[in-house]
Amino acid sequence: MIVEHPGRLRLKKIAAHGFLIGFLVLIMFPFLVVVSISFREGNFTTGSLLPENPTLEHWYLAFGLDYVRADGTVVEPPYPVLRWMWNSVKIGLVASAGIVALATISAYAFSRIRFRGRAGMLDALFIIQMFPTTLMLVALFAIFDNLGEVTPILGIDAHTALILIYMSQITLHVWTIKGYFDALDPALDKAAQIDGATPWQTFRHVFLPLAVPIVAVVFVLSFIGVINDYPIASVLLRSEEQLTLAVGSRLYLNEFRYLWGDFAAAAILSGLPITVVFMIAQRYLVAGLSEGAVKG
Amino acid sequence: MTTLEASDPAPAAAARWAGLAVVGLVVLATLYAAFTLYLAGQPLLGVLMLVLAGAVAAIFSRPAFYATRFIFPGLVAVAVFIAFPVAYTIGLGFTNYSSFNLLTFERATEVILSRGTVDPETEQPFALIPDGDGLRLALPEAGLISEPLALDGTETEIVLAPGTPAAEPLAMRDVVARRAALQALTLTGPDGLRLQSSGLRRFAAITPEYTPRPDGTLLGAGGDVLTPNHEIGFYETETGEAVAPGWRVFVGLENFERIFASEGIRGPMVSIFLWTVAFAFLSMAGCFAVGLTLAVILQWPHLAGRGIYRILLILPYAVPAFISILVFRGLFNQNFGEVNLILEALFGLRPEWFTDGGLARTMIVIVNIWLGYPYMMLLAMGFLQNVPADHKKAAALEGAGAMRVFFTITLPQIVPPFLPLLIATFAFNFNNLVLILLLTRGLPDIPGTVIPAGQTDILGSFTYRIAFTDSAQQFGLAGAITFLIFVVVAALAYANFVAMRRAADRRFKGT
Repeated sequence: MIVEHPGRLRLKKIAAHGFLIGFLVLIMFPFLVVVSISFREGNFTTGSLLPENPTLEHWYLAFGLDYVRADGTVVEPPYPVLRWMWNSVKIGLVASAGIVALATISAYAFSRIRFRGRAGMLDALFIIQMFPTTLMLVALFAIFDNLGEVTPILGIDAHTALILIYMSQITLHVWTIKGYFDALDPALDKAAQIDGATPWQTFRHVFLPLAVPIVAVVFVLSFIGVINDYPIASVLLRSEEQLTLAVGSRLYLNEFRYLWGDFAAAAILSGLPITVVFMIAQRYLVAGLSEGAVKG
Repeated sequence: MTTLEASDPAPAAAARWAGLAVVGLVVLATLYAAFTLYLAGQPLLGVLMLVLAGAVAAIFSRPAFYATRFIFPGLVAVAVFIAFPVAYTIGLGFTNYSSFNLLTFERATEVILSRGTVDPETEQPFALIPDGDGLRLALPEAGLISEPLALDGTETEIVLAPGTPAAEPLAMRDVVARRAALQALTLTGPDGLRLQSSGLRRFAAITPEYTPRPDGTLLGAGGDVLTPNHEIGFYETETGEAVAPGWRVFVGLENFERIFASEGIRGPMVSIFLWTVAFAFLSMAGCFAVGLTLAVILQWPHLAGRGIYRILLILPYAVPAFISILVFRGLFNQNFGEVNLILEALFGLRPEWFTDGGLARTMIVIVNIWLGYPYMMLLAMGFLQNVPADHKKAAALEGAGAMRVFFTITLPQIVPPFLPLLIATFAFNFNNLVLILLLTRGLPDIPGTVIPAGQTDILGSFTYRIAFTDSAQQFGLAGAITFLIFVVVAALAYANFVAMRRAADRRFKGT
């Protein structure tokens, strides 16, 4: 490093810390306000960051419990938040499991088996990966609306339909896992081949155990992706009981029924678990994210 | 590790037969699904299933396709749930599919034929009387009752005979649950009585308004004639008036003509397109600038506590986006949002974030940069590490200042590997539906348009509103706009692909 004048260096350090702290205050502001609001009384009140009369009302409601105010009035939960959480978690887990299974098997073949059209298919997957859900919303609605007349399991308001759609979002993950497999020593499959293993056995007994870290990363990433989806779920789900968190939470901030305080508690309750998981696993997740995006 | 030795032949053969049996079952199930879909009036999906069944049978029975077995499930998922819906949506762009033309021709005809005039003289309440496993339908006023019925929708003609109910009738709720089956019934009784369901609680003699004629036209009770017009998907009266409901027909390029020629649509379309591009570009550039700046500062070795800063700075990325966006929706609320409270306390301002178009757009870009800068920061930190330190040192020894070093040495080295990611970010934001739908829903609306179009609508949310929130549900028009989005996305995807290839080649040569 270039030797710098000590006085100037200190000045620069102070400037850097000052800038970062100022920036962080701006960034953290929404989080602090939401925590504060979740303990404030009522849904419209404004006040200082530290609530003057802290109340657990919004938290009771978020957990689906009735809250009895000091004057005896009973407030009922406006929406079934826990039910929505369960819907989101259920759909997320099943769809992510499907994504991981489909993507891992495909990635293995793309990485290790030579077959005709391999490069072309990989390129096609890469191009399709860029297609946003916007492009298929109308058709998804039309298809599942019609399928619902054949069987309600695949109709509007059915979670199965959503899971099937989410499960197909494997394109990016195939690339990520393939990159991971590409980096594994080719001597491994040679050894397995000499022992007489078929490609399937090589995959099952050699590659799958080695892929656990990347599979975990892909699982968490696709879970977060599914939880965050709004457009598809909002088109396919109708009744309040069936909604996912992303669709349901929108109801709190309706122009005609504005439940800011109740929303704050529900938002923390539902956002915290995912945030914590992400922060704990962030180093691996970030590596997985850029891996898929950077490796060509 | 588990053993990999070839196991003895008997279980291997058994396993092979078991495998074939599973494949057989899957093929049979798929064929059954194909048949059901065909019968349900979904020939397109039926054919898709048929192709699928054939492919499964071929691929999992012939050793020549061994490698294909691995990628087949994944490819089917992508083909059925991504490629097919995209093609189908665009295909709908060439039809008049909307809430006015929702049904098939057969269904639309049925609906018109089922209309009838109720004869009030004969209208009377009915009751469903449990009897063993079945239900008897009774008309208490006429003193008639039927044999026990299953009421599963298969029965059509029911003969009533004189008699009185022997048990308590079913509750209204359970009657409503059998509404569909009841509507299919025609009751016949003594004296040429013919009654049909005329409401939730009643049956009556109904004279149909129209009767079909062999040439396909419908003859009205008053002597008028309805002729099906397959060009527009409606029955027409002799004077050319369309009679609802209509059915789906191909209209060729009509939707595209509306987009490019109709003043009420073209005007907002152009403005929405420009805003979509501006929004995607500003979001990308903003996230890149903020992320890169932070990465450069965090890369400075003299800075203490870099690890903590890094963790705190990626927090916006860890919170599920739908929650952050809704939080901002509340914070920016014009009347009691915290943002306006602070602005008013400090500067006496109360910006109208949701009713003023320009401010709403500003808010959207601010929120999107908040959401997206951590990703750029993390990527930039990775790329910055690959910039050789001696290049920077050499430049600094030549007397270049820190800014100069950054813009002449560092930036040119990290932009090429960044390019594909920037294109991908642009493409992502070009279709960032979640942000728009949760934050503003496209509002405030552009005044004086024939379709719902907002000043913060991007093409994707505009399509969403046309198809799903507007009562006209113009799926056809939405499909046509989707085609335009597809063209843009395809161009971006190809550009990204090329940039990615170049970046990979460069890395390959470099190492």
